[in-house]
Amino acid sequence: MTTTWADLVGTALLGTDRRGSTPEELLDSAALAVVRRRAGARPATAGARPATTPHDPRPPLPEAARRRLSLLLADRSVGGGGGSRRGAAPNLAELLPQWLAVANARGWAAPPELLPALLDAARARTDLRPDALALAGPRGLWLAELNSDWRFALRAGAPGVVPDTGDPGAVRTLWEEGLFAERVALLSRLRARDPRQALELLRSGWAAERAEDRLMFLDSLREGLSPQDEPFLEQALTDRSRNVRATAAELLSALPGSALAARMAARARTCVAWDPGGGRIGAEAPYECDAAMERDGVVAIPPAGRGERAWWFGQVVDAAPLVTWRERFGGRTPEEIIALPVADDWQADLHAAWCRAAVRQGDAAWARALLGPTPAPATAVSPVGDPAKLLSILPAPERAEWVARFIAAHGLSEAFQMLAVCAVPWAEPLGAAAVDALDIARDAGSYPWSFSGVMGLAERCMDPAEADRAAPLAAVPAESADTSPGAGAYWAEAFQRLVGTLRLRAAMLAELA
Amino acid sequence: MDGMDGQRAERWTADQVLALAPDASSRKAGTALATAARWSGTGSSGTAVWGLCAGSGGTPYQAVVDTAGPAFRCGCPSRKFPCKHALALLLLWAGGEVGPAAHGGGRPDWVTEWLDARRAREERTSPGGRGTSGGGDPEAARRRAERRAGRVAAGATELERRLADLLRDGLAGADREGYRRWDETAARMVDAQAPGLASRVRELGALAGSGGDWPSRLLEETALLHLLARGCLRQDALPAPLAATVRSRVGFTVDSAELLAGPTVRDRWLVLARHDTADDRLTTRRTWLHGEATARTALLLSFGAAGRAPEPALPVGLGLDAELAFHPGARQLRAVLGPRHDTPLPGRVPPGVPVAAALGAYGEALADDPWLDAWPVVLAGVVPIPGGTGWQVADGDGSDAVPVTAGGAGAGAGLWRLAAVSGGHPVTVFGELGHQGFRPFTAWGGAGAEPVPLTV
Repeated sequence: MTTTWADLVGTALLGTDRRGSTPEELLDSAALAVVRRRAGARPATAGARPATTPHDPRPPLPEAARRRLSLLLADRSVGGGGGSRRGAAPNLAELLPQWLAVANARGWAAPPELLPALLDAARARTDLRPDALALAGPRGLWLAELNSDWRFALRAGAPGVVPDTGDPGAVRTLWEEGLFAERVALLSRLRARDPRQALELLRSGWAAERAEDRLMFLDSLREGLSPQDEPFLEQALTDRSRNVRATAAELLSALPGSALAARMAARARTCVAWDPGGGRIGAEAPYECDAAMERDGVVAIPPAGRGERAWWFGQVVDAAPLVTWRERFGGRTPEEIIALPVADDWQADLHAAWCRAAVRQGDAAWARALLGPTPAPATAVSPVGDPAKLLSILPAPERAEWVARFIAAHGLSEAFQMLAVCAVPWAEPLGAAAVDALDIARDAGSYPWSFSGVMGLAERCMDPAEADRAAPLAAVPAESADTSPGAGAYWAEAFQRLVGTLRLRAAMLAELA
Repeated sequence: MDGMDGQRAERWTADQVLALAPDASSRKAGTALATAARWSGTGSSGTAVWGLCAGSGGTPYQAVVDTAGPAFRCGCPSRKFPCKHALALLLLWAGGEVGPAAHGGGRPDWVTEWLDARRAREERTSPGGRGTSGGGDPEAARRRAERRAGRVAAGATELERRLADLLRDGLAGADREGYRRWDETAARMVDAQAPGLASRVRELGALAGSGGDWPSRLLEETALLHLLARGCLRQDALPAPLAATVRSRVGFTVDSAELLAGPTVRDRWLVLARHDTADDRLTTRRTWLHGEATARTALLLSFGAAGRAPEPALPVGLGLDAELAFHPGARQLRAVLGPRHDTPLPGRVPPGVPVAAALGAYGEALADDPWLDAWPVVLAGVVPIPGGTGWQVADGDGSDAVPVTAGGAGAGAGLWRLAAVSGGHPVTVFGELGHQGFRPFTAWGGAGAEPVPLTV
C-alpha cells in the first residue's frame, strides 16, 4: 500500500497514537517524502508571456549620465521636499526636470533598469510627466501596460498612445470615444501639426460638448491662432457659457484683423482722441455697456472697488488693435505715443490697457515702449502693468538685458517674477547682475533666506559656465560689527550651494553631450 | 619592492564605486562631494588612492583607499563604511580626476603608514604568516570539542523526544499553543550549543497556524528537523562529507583561518550578487561568486554590527582573481575569501541554463544536502512574466516556468526592474531556486550587458 502525503499529514494532525503508528515511523516517511518531492519538482507551465517591447532606435545613455539619473531619481525618495534649510548640498530634485528636458532634446533613451523609478517619479510629480514619459519611450509604455500604478502614462497623451495624427480614422475614434485628457492631448497635437484639421475636429461635435470641456478645447486654439479661426470664434461669441464667450472674444481681439478687433477699434476711437487745444490725449469713458459690447466680451459688472466706466474703458482699449493708435496719433511710434500727456487722471488706465493689449497681441514694439528704459535707481519702481508679462514677449537676449539693468538699479526684492520669465540659461549680463545684487544684499546685512526664491532660480537658471563668478563669495567672511550675527556663514553656505549646483549642472550637461 | 606599488590599479567604473556605498544617503552624499573643488592633495600610486577633503571643521579629512581590498580609512567621524569621503575620492579617481603620484615619491607619510600597517596586519592574519592561534594547548582544545559534542548529542536526543511527543499527540492543536512551547525547546537547543537546531525550532513555531495549509508545511519542516537530529546522533555512520554537512547544519562552525590553511580554489570569480539582511543587532551580507574556469558557485557570508556594512564590499559585476576556501560538506557552497592575486576587472555575463536544468540542479543538490531550501542558479534565456497573483520566470522557448517567490520588502520594485530590463525579451538572471520557487537577485539584459541588481 502506498501512503500519500495527505495520509501523512492526516496522521500528523490526529497524532500517531490514534493511527496505530509511531512518531519515528511517521517522521521517517515524511522526511523521505519531502525530500523526494522537492528534488523531483517539475517545471510549472508558463502563463501568457507579455508582448515584447517595440524597438527603441534611440542610443542608450552614456554611463555617467545613467548614474546621474539614478541619483536624481533616488534623491526624490530620500530628501524630496525636505526641511527649510538645505545646507550647501544642491537640491537634486529641482534639477530633474532640466535633466530630463536636455536628455530628451539630445535624443537619449532611458536605461531600462531605471524605468520603474522614472515612472514612479512621474506618477508623483505631474510636472515631470511629459518629459519623463518621452524619455521612458516605448519600453516605458510597455511597462505601464503591465502595472496599474503607472496607468497614468497611458492616459497622459504620451507619444505613441495618441494615434498618429496622420490617420484620420484613428483620430476620429479617439476624439469620439477618448477620455477628456486624451482628447485635449489629441487636439493640441493636431493643432500643432495641422491647425485647420484641429478646428474641423472641434467643430464636429461642438454643441454637444459640456461647457467646461468647450472652454478647455477653445483654449487649445491659442496655439497657431490665425484668421482662419475667426468664423468659428465669432460663432462662439454667442455661446451659452459666459466663460466660453469671454475666451472667444479674447482670442478674437488677439487677431488684429478680425471683425471683433475692428468693432473694438471703433469703440476705442470714440474713447481716446487727440485734443489739439490741450496738446494732450483726451479720454472719454463709455457711458454704458450695451448688448453689442457684452457680446464682444466686455464684462459689464466691474470688480468691487472699481468704477464701471473706467472698467469698460479699460476693456474696450485693451481689445482694440494697437495699430489703431498709430493711425490715431499721426503715425507716431509707440514710444512717442506713450510719451504724450494724457488729460485728467486717465494715464494710468490708458497705459495699463495698452500693456494688456501688447501682451495679448504679442506686440514686441509696444512692449518695449511700455517697459521703457529701466527706471533710474532713485525713482520709485512704478512700471505700468505687469513687467514680467511684457518681458515675456521680448526676444530672450533683450529680456535678459532689461532685467539685468533693472536688478542693477533696484536690487532683487521685486525681480523674482521677472527672473522667472527669463530664458534658461540666463544670458550673460543677467547672471552677473544677480550675483552682484546678492553680494550687495549680503553686505547690507540681510539674511540669505530673504532671497531664497531668487537663489533657487539662480541655481537652476544661471549659466553653469558662470560658477567661477560666484565662487569667491562662497568663502566664509570674518564677522564685522555691522553685519547680522551669523549671516556670513549662512551666506557662504548659500553661495556654496549656488556654486555647487552650477558645477553639478555643468557636469550634468557635459555627461549628456 | 612591495606588492602594492607593484600592482597597477585598473580604474573602476563609477557604478562599481557606488555599489560599495552602504546605503542610498551615502551614495548621494558621496556623489555630491565628488567634485575636484572639495579636494586637495589627491594622488594615486599602485592600488592606493588618497586625498584631503575639506570638511566642516578646520582640518581637512585624510582619506585613503586601497583598491585591492578594497579597504578604506578616513579621518572623519562617520560610522558609515565606506564613508562619503572615501566614496567621493573613488568617484573622482574613477572619473580620471586623480592623477598618479610619482612612483613611490609624492605619497604622503600618512598614506604610507596606513598601507604599511594594513599590510602588516594582513600578514599576521593570513594563513602563511600566522602561528597556531586559537588557544594554545591542542589537548585542551580536544577536550573542549568532546564536551561540546556530548552536549549537542544530548540536545539532539531531547529534540527527538520532544518531536515524538508532538506527533504522538498530533499537530491539530499546535496552532493554538503559541510560541511558548517552541521558544522553550529552542532555548534548550541553545543551551546544548546547537544553534542550528535552535533556529529551525523557532521557524517551526512561526509555521504553526501560519495560515493556508500550515499542517503540511509544519510536517515538512518537522520531518526535516527530525532527519537532522537523527543525522547528528549517527554522525559516525555517515560518509564524511555528509557528516560535515550535518555538523554545519547543527551549528558547528569552522574557523576561517583554519579553512584558508587548507586547500583553496583559485579562479576568476565573478560577483553574481550581493544581498544584505539586517535585524536589530546584526547585518548579514551574502555575496555569491561564480568561478569562470571551475564553473563553481560560492557563497560568502559576512556580518557587521547593526548599522555598519559588513566587509567585503565586492561590487556586483566585478571579476576577481582570488583563492577561495570552501567549508566542508557534501555540497560545498559556503566559502571564505582568501588571497587575491590581481586587480579586479569587470566580469562577463555568467553562463546559465534553462528552467528544467536549474530545477534539476536543485534536486541534485538536495541529494547531498536535503536541508537546502534553495540553490543558486543562473537562468539563461528566460522571460519574466508579471502576474497579478504571482510572477513567473519562463524559458524563452517552450512552456517551462517557475514561480517567483516574493522575497521581503521592496521585492516588488526589483521585479519591475527585472521586467523593465527584459522588455519581454529573454534575459539572464541569477537567483536562488528552491521548493518555494525562484528568487531573482541580478539580471543581465543581453550580451555584454551590465548586471542590474534587483534586491536593492
